[in-house]
Amino acid sequence: MSELQDRIKDVIENEPVALFMKGTPQFVMCGNSDRALRALREAGAPVTAVNILPDPAIRQELQEVSGWPTIPQVFVRGELVGGADIAQELAESGELEELLRERLGDGYREAAEEKVVDVLAEPAQR
Amino acid sequence: MAVEHLESLLRDAFPDAEELRVEDRTGGGDHFQVTVTAPSLSGLSLLDQHRRVNDALAEPLRDGTIHELRIKTRGTT
Repeated sequence: MSELQDRIKDVIENEPVALFMKGTPQFVMCGNSDRALRALREAGAPVTAVNILPDPAIRQELQEVSGWPTIPQVFVRGELVGGADIAQELAESGELEELLRERLGDGYREAAEEKVVDVLAEPAQR
Repeated sequence: MAVEHLESLLRDAFPDAEELRVEDRTGGGDHFQVTVTAPSLSGLSLLDQHRRVNDALAEPLRDGTIHELRIKTRGTT
């Protein structure tokens, strides 16, 4: 297994909510990534974003880990929730909030900040 | 034409589909909206429903025919 794949797994497993997207929350590069981000924001989720654009290897390794072929991908507590359509549908029905409460605890909104992780950087530099 | 190709892949995967639509969202032949309503999807989580669609379209997703895919699924009984 590659070091990059280890870092991707590390983000998925250790961040409450991980969003693999094209671009960053500050500069979204794709409509679907934008829809997923909006859905998470509406639900008040803490978002840890990973930009997959800097290196095609990120997307390849991510797909190997998740088995999901498209970007964006949303994970909550290490588990794949889905892509933009699922995130949006779940947000609209209120199920996304429910799921976040279940997995992150009732007060999840209070600690909800956004951050960006660079999986290409050495862990010490993050 | 890409739309017909995707439709036939989905027909093979969902022979019971009551509704099956592929739309070219931008007219460019690479951004698609797929809608599938089928009894075989009922009882599955949204994630697994979308997985079934992704699996049916694995080849065009891999070879770049599909640049962007939007999925809407529903199970019926």
